[in-house]
Amino acid sequence: MSETSAYAAPAPVNLVELGFMDARSKLLDVAAFLDRVDRAGQQGDYRVKALREAMKHLSDTGTTRVKEMLLTFSDPTEEPIPAAEIQGAFGAWKQD
Amino acid sequence: METGLKEDVMRYIEPHGHMVSRTTDDYEKMALAGCTAICEPAFWAGYDRGSAQGFRDYFRQITEYEPKRAAKFGIQHFTWLCINPKEAEDMGLARDVMALIPEFLQKPSVLGIGEIGLNKNSRNELRIFEEHVQIAQDHEQLILIHTPHLEDKLKGTRLIIDALKGFAGIDPARVIIDHVEEHTVDLVLDAGFWAGITLYPESKCTPHRAIDMLEQRRAERIWMNSACDWGVSDPLAVPKTMLAMRKRGWSEAAIQSVVWDNPRAFMGQSPRFQLTPPA
Repeated sequence: MSETSAYAAPAPVNLVELGFMDARSKLLDVAAFLDRVDRAGQQGDYRVKALREAMKHLSDTGTTRVKEMLLTFSDPTEEPIPAAEIQGAFGAWKQD
Repeated sequence: METGLKEDVMRYIEPHGHMVSRTTDDYEKMALAGCTAICEPAFWAGYDRGSAQGFRDYFRQITEYEPKRAAKFGIQHFTWLCINPKEAEDMGLARDVMALIPEFLQKPSVLGIGEIGLNKNSRNELRIFEEHVQIAQDHEQLILIHTPHLEDKLKGTRLIIDALKGFAGIDPARVIIDHVEEHTVDLVLDAGFWAGITLYPESKCTPHRAIDMLEQRRAERIWMNSACDWGVSDPLAVPKTMLAMRKRGWSEAAIQSVVWDNPRAFMGQSPRFQLTPPA
């Protein structure tokens, strides 16, 4: 098997300094989106519900928040579907 | 060919780009950013093609025309062949297209079979995926696999890995499973396959999420790509992520291991992947 060995752990940097403003901005955008959806009475959409479910993981401890969020959005079934009737995806699994 | 590239610009390989959808200006920008090789998997054109003849024309485009367009900017162009999973629901069409593949495998820039895989995780998609894998085995080709989008990715990745385990002769070191995210990267790497991370502005990975995964897995058996196409995508996503890696404390050698050494190690398993030294 071909594997490379040149990887070395990066030098320590201040990740908060590097990423705080970006994270703050994105978090505020999510809050503004939810406010906007509520004002429009569209909070019942399955995608909004999935977003709220995923957001619960923001309060988790540990380092698997993003993985847990992605699992929340995912189709949990295991068998292939009989036929593909559409080609696109929507970002959140909709149980029929 | 003289690229005009400054010596201090790190060279990189774009291992997954759909250049038929991009402008010639994009080739120039990528060359200026240090790109010296682009690998173009066969994919969905944004609409379903009506006949196998349409695929023959497409295969000619990516094996004959695109290498010439890329060469004008000092970039080598390589190709993968298949019918993509979005058009695999029509098994009659899919089999007509697959029948064309052996002829085009003789072209000098073809690296293997891809990007095959699943889209909506249907029975027909899975059947055509397995038939592509058999073609790759029969012709001793590398395999590049597309995993489904968004909510379909986890299930599709599991189905793909299970299907591959059903092939006794599959060497995981000769298979790359692309578009991994945090919920699928361990499934792929722990099974011994290579993994691809796709840098998309919205629907796949941001540079910092990609770097997180690279650090978690010590960048072993992983490449990253822009998968630039006709949708929301950025042909400069790889060099932009290289800049983010520098900000995150990565050494130049470690960056090179991801953007050059890793794709070269995987694709170098094909005798066709011969990189010519820069002028």
